[in-house]
Parts: sequence; structure tokens; C-alpha cells
Amino acid sequence: MASVLVLYAHPAPHKSRINRRLAAAAREVAGVTFRDLYEIYPDFLIDVEEEQKLLKEHDVIVFQHPFYWYSAPSLVKEYLDLVLTYGWAYGEGGTALQGKLMLQAISAGGSEEVYCSQGRNRFTIRQLLAPFDQTAFLCGMRYLAPHIVYSANQLADAASIQPFAQRYARLLAALRDETLPLELAASAEKINDLIPA
Amino acid sequence: MHASHFFLSAFIYLGAAVLLVPIAHRLGLGSVLGYLIGGAMIGPFVLGWVGGTQGEEAMHFAEFGVVIMLFMIGLELEPARLWRMRGPIFGLGGLQVLLTALSVMGIAMAFGLESKPALATGMILALSSTAIVIQTLQEKALLRTDGGADSFAVLLFQDISVIPMLAVFPLLAASVSKMEHHGWLHELPHWAQPLVTLGAVVAIVIAGQFFVPRGFAILAKTGLRELLTAAALLLIVGVALLMTEVGLSPALGAFVAGVVLAGSHYRHELESNLEPFKGLLLGLFFLAVGASLDFSVIATKPLLVASLVIALITLKALVIYVIATVLKIRGSHRWLLSLALAQGGEFAFALLSMAIQQEIIEAETARLLVAVVALSMAITPLLFIIYERILAPRYTAVSREQRAPDRIDEHAPVILAGFGRFGNFVGRFMMSQGVKVTVLESDPDHVDMLRKFGFKVFYGDATRLDLLHAAGIDQACMLIIALADQAKVARLVAEVREKFPKLRILARAHDYDQRFELMSLGLAAEDAVHEQMGSAQELAVRALRALGKPAYATERAARRWKRYDEETVHLLVPVHEDEDAYASIVRERRIALTQLFEKDLAELPDDSDAGWEIERAEEK
Repeated sequence: MASVLVLYAHPAPHKSRINRRLAAAAREVAGVTFRDLYEIYPDFLIDVEEEQKLLKEHDVIVFQHPFYWYSAPSLVKEYLDLVLTYGWAYGEGGTALQGKLMLQAISAGGSEEVYCSQGRNRFTIRQLLAPFDQTAFLCGMRYLAPHIVYSANQLADAASIQPFAQRYARLLAALRDETLPLELAASAEKINDLIPA
Repeated sequence: MHASHFFLSAFIYLGAAVLLVPIAHRLGLGSVLGYLIGGAMIGPFVLGWVGGTQGEEAMHFAEFGVVIMLFMIGLELEPARLWRMRGPIFGLGGLQVLLTALSVMGIAMAFGLESKPALATGMILALSSTAIVIQTLQEKALLRTDGGADSFAVLLFQDISVIPMLAVFPLLAASVSKMEHHGWLHELPHWAQPLVTLGAVVAIVIAGQFFVPRGFAILAKTGLRELLTAAALLLIVGVALLMTEVGLSPALGAFVAGVVLAGSHYRHELESNLEPFKGLLLGLFFLAVGASLDFSVIATKPLLVASLVIALITLKALVIYVIATVLKIRGSHRWLLSLALAQGGEFAFALLSMAIQQEIIEAETARLLVAVVALSMAITPLLFIIYERILAPRYTAVSREQRAPDRIDEHAPVILAGFGRFGNFVGRFMMSQGVKVTVLESDPDHVDMLRKFGFKVFYGDATRLDLLHAAGIDQACMLIIALADQAKVARLVAEVREKFPKLRILARAHDYDQRFELMSLGLAAEDAVHEQMGSAQELAVRALRALGKPAYATERAARRWKRYDEETVHLLVPVHEDEDAYASIVRERRIALTQLFEKDLAELPDDSDAGWEIERAEEK
């Protein structure tokens, strides 16, 4: 059994459709610690020691957020800037995160097709997430392919979003139960298809 | 009394007060001395405009002012606080009354008086003037100092001790047949009389606890303010009547009623309703005391009267000084206590006239004593001045007015005026950021306490330019004004702007109007900071979050709201004196504000495809 930490970041949850439902599903998964970063740090004053303690206590770190400007909402950046300190997360003596798994669960406005070299966005999402990938790498964590909900703006009603929320919950459970094929998950473009039905 | 006559007397009394009190105040003599001098001038022995029986009537009427005063003092003394004062009341007060009465009695007997009139004289002169002492202590902000509080405790005991004195007086009468029994109370058996008295006090407590607040609640619902004032006066008059009936001092009864109501919701309402009556009637009382000064007695035996006055004051002060020394009351408080209580009191007049009636004391002696007591009362404000100017400065941290400003031995780039409820946050935070701040605070007790906490705070009134000079204002780069008094803030801003135009001034503003005022004095809008908006907004954010609003969005909304409000202030500055234009801008801006937030507020319905997420982030 692995312990899973979900770090959820959405600046306007009352305007969210996808992430709100995914977050609700994640909260229900046993053995998952769920943290709503914008709710805890509306003033951006991140409690570094507390966050480091939580990171250390968990085996799997999931950043769940909308895919803003090909990246995460600004609080996630603030979080990485402040919490992953030299000598703790990386660099000399920085071994706190060694061997943990890290992945992102994102919702993207565009369809899968626009995220490719021929598409409007020119890169795949996995490619665009390279800075996160490298961050995990530098901290000795294993970076897994992201969980992606594409075409988020096409998914209007609760019924069409529900399957994604269920899939996300199954992903978290699989991470907890350590039943995912990690080799595949690390190299895949997205983790979506590797989640057990 | 004819109406015109009444108006004429009222005109004379009010005129004397309005003319002489400001002069006395200006000369630093205090209002009480102003009233007394005014009274003496209009009295029968100088101008003769008022006096005789009419003057006495005025005095009796004005004694009600003392009753109201005691009621209001009671209002500020919750039973628990009163209970904590039991030591000084009975220890200090008891010793003062007992020892002073016995000393006076001994001296009187040495001068040939018989033991009974000597005892009566002792008891009469042991009392001090509640009205003058408390009024002066309040005016000089000394009532809450140790010396002031002890003085009050002694006065309270004196008021209580009038009861047994009244009971003992008939026993001292030369012939028992002259004993004047009046009222139904004395027809009761002896054992029943104290029970009735006690019953009356209990009745006041019960009524004050249960019935009076309910009555006030009903009256408050009518929305007629004057009804509450009338009810407050009715209450005190009623208590005074009841107390007189059972042989207690009306002032004492009013005090008890005040204490009982100290915890009620109506306390502040009562205070503000009664304040003008108290002030006027006390003023009238002091005028009447002044007018009663019998200059004919003084003129015929000036040396005797003068030496008796000096002897009385010296003796009373000495007795208290000795008691205070024994009870280890320290430094200046001992002096304050001794000098404050050294005069005779207004009860002496009533007791002396009773003593004449019952032939305890000869009429001539009594008239002499009246003159001595009245003069000693008139001298009291002077004793306070001696205390303030000569005695208190010898001790540190005593009097608000007399404590010399501290020597400021270091100069910081920032001067902070005021370290109270507002300034202490400003100062503490700035200091925590490593900025050197010179703090000026004008409340000496507060300064002493802050020093105990380890803050370097200088005592002094920051509105005095010489003190700001001493604080190094000519080298400072910033003055922060965190004073609570709006008028002082504005005055200081104006003065400092004129003398040091380059100095950055940041000031605490009481409200929007004061922000406008400070901006018109040349302060930048963001340097005139509303003293409450920040914390009020914080509370609102807390409340909204508790209602389930998302934290970050609410936080942002608060900042946007604040920015919007700031813009509104800028729009309002040029029109803030034009009520219509002001109102119309406020209206427009309110509507615009609603529209501003309307879109943010809407939660996304399930089947909507509009929203923040889509607009801002996912159309990539």
C-alpha cells in the first residue's frame, strides 16, 4: 500500500466543472490525502515546513489542476519554488523525495488532436509538461505520464464528466494499491489508457 | 417664585459659570475653583445678587447633582470591582473617619469644649467633600490612579458613616427632650429600624437587577429619547426619596443603584443622558457653596477663621498621611490622598444645622465652623494645584499633566505618534522589520506598561512641536500619526506640513471624511489610512469563507473591492463638500460595483459552457 497525496490547485473552484468533480471523486478515495492549495493558501503564504512534512510522509504526489497557459496555475509554481528547497529536495543532502512517484492530473481545453506537432498547439501535453518532468527527475522522483481530460470545454453536463471522475478515482486507487505498470506509465504520453477498468 | 425672578436667578448663576469657569480653567485652576469664585462673587457678601434663603434653596436643589454624580460613579463600578476595593474602603476609610474624629474631638476639648459637642464637631469635620474631590480628580484624570482610587474609597466610607452619625447625633443632644423624632421610621421598635433600612437597600438591588432594565427596555422601544432621560432622573429621585425616608444618605443610595445597574445594557445610555444634568447641577452646587461663604464671620474674626482653616487642613492631611504611611501607600499617592481629603465636606453643612437645632453645638460656634468648612472646600483646588505642580513632579510616572516629557536620547528615521490600540500594531510590525522607530505616547500608565514589556517608548504629547523636535523630526524621514483624537491628527498634520514640507506623513484616519480632510491638508490618499477598513474587510472575508465561499476568490474580491473603493475616494475628493454630487457619485459607483462582481459571483450551472476556466485558460 502506497500513501497518495493529491495537491489540488484551482483558483476559481466555483467556476470549474471538470476539476471540481474530479476533486470530489478524489476526496472519496480511501488512503488519499487531499489538499486544496488555493483554499489553504489564499494569501499565497505557503507553510514550507508543513508542506515538506506532508511530502515526506507520502509515496505518490499528484498535482491536480487545470492546464493554464500550458502549465499549472500560479500557486503550483509558488509551491514548487518554495517547498522544493536545495538541500532538502535536491542538491547536497537533498534526498527527501528520493524514490517517490509524481504525476499530474490536468484538464485541457483543447482536444487531443491539437496537441501534436501538426496541431495548433504544436507539442504534446507530455512535451509541454517537461519542466515538471525535469523537476521530478532532479528531486529523484519517478515522473509518470499525466492523467488528462481533453476538450474540457466540450464536456458540458455532469453525466459526461462522471466517467472521467470515476476513472480518476480508479487511478488514485491503483496508485495506492501499487497495481499500475510503472514502466509503461513512466514512458506513456498519457496515463489514461493504463488505468484498470 | 415668579417666573421672571427665576429667570433672573438662572441668568446670574449661568452667567457666573460661563464667565468665570473658563477663566479659572485657562489659569489652570480647574473648574471647581472657578465655580466657587463665581459663587462667592454673586453671593450675598460681594455683589449680593443671590443669597439668603434663596441661595440655600439653590444649594439644596444642587445637592441633587452630588446624588447623580454618585449614581454615575456607581455605574462605572461593577460589584466585583467594588468588592476588590473593600480593603481601602473599610481599612483606610474607617481609620480616617475614626482617627480624624477623635483628633478633632481631643483638640476641641483642649480648647474647652465639652465632650459631647466636641465629639459632634469631630464627626462633622472628619467628612470630606465628595463633590469637590471627585470632580477635581476626574477633571485632572487622577481618579483612576492609586491615590485617586483610595481617595474615592475613603469618600465612600465617609458617605456610609453619615448613617451612624445621624443616629448618634440625637444622643449627643444637651437635653433628651429636644430629641427630634420625625417620620414613621422612629415609631417602629428599635430592632425593626435597621431591618427597614436594610430592606430599602435590598429593594434597590432587586429593582435595579430585575425591574429597571425591563422598564428601560419598554421605554427604549418607544424611541423617545427624552423618556429614557426622564426615567433615569425618576429612578434617581426615587432612590433619593426612599433613602431619605429610611434615614440613609441619598447619595449613598444612588451609588448602590448605580453599582447594581453597572452591568446592564443601559449603562451607557444612562450615562450619556445624565451627564449634562450632573455637570450643571454640580456646577450649581459649587456656585452655591461659593455663595454661602459667610464673609461677615470671616471679617469679624479673620485671624481665628484663617488659623482654624489652616489647622483643619493640616490636621486632616496629617492624619491621612500617617495612616497612609502605616498602610504603606507609596510616594505621590500618599500626598494626593492627604491633600485631596483635607477639606470639610458638604455633609458638614447639613450636620451642623442639625447640631444647632438639637442644641448640640452653639449657634455661633456652628456658624464659625460653616465658614471654616466652606473656606477649606474653596481652598481644595489650590491644594490640588500644589500637589500637581510641586509634589507630584518629585515622583515619576504620576500625573498626566505634570509628568515631564521623557528625554529622547535617540533619533530614528521614523517617528510614531501614539502607541495605543492602533499605533501598537504599526510600531510592532515596523520594528519587527528592523526599522528604527521613535515612539511617542501620551498616556503615562501605558508608557510604563509598555516599558515593562520591553518596548522603548517615550512619554510625551506628540502634538507638541517642541517634543517632536526633541524626537529628531528635523532628521527623520517619516512621521506616522496613529493618535485616536481626530482633531489632534488634523492639527498635527497641518502644523508639521507647514514646518517640514518635505517630511512624509502617514496618518490614521477615523473615517472617509477625515481622509478627505487629511488629503486636503496635502496627504497622499494612500497615506491617509482608514483605521477600520482593513480589519472590517478581514472579518467579512472570514465570514464569507465560513459561508462556504472559496478562499482565494474571496481574498481577491476583497482586494478588488478595496481598490475600487480607493478609486471612488479619488472621485469623491473634489466633490466631498457638495452633498448632492457626492451622493450621486456614491450611487453610481455602487451600481458599477455590483456589475463588476456580478459575473464573478455567478456559479457555473451544470450545463453552461461559459466560465473562467474556458475563457482564460483552456482556449489554447
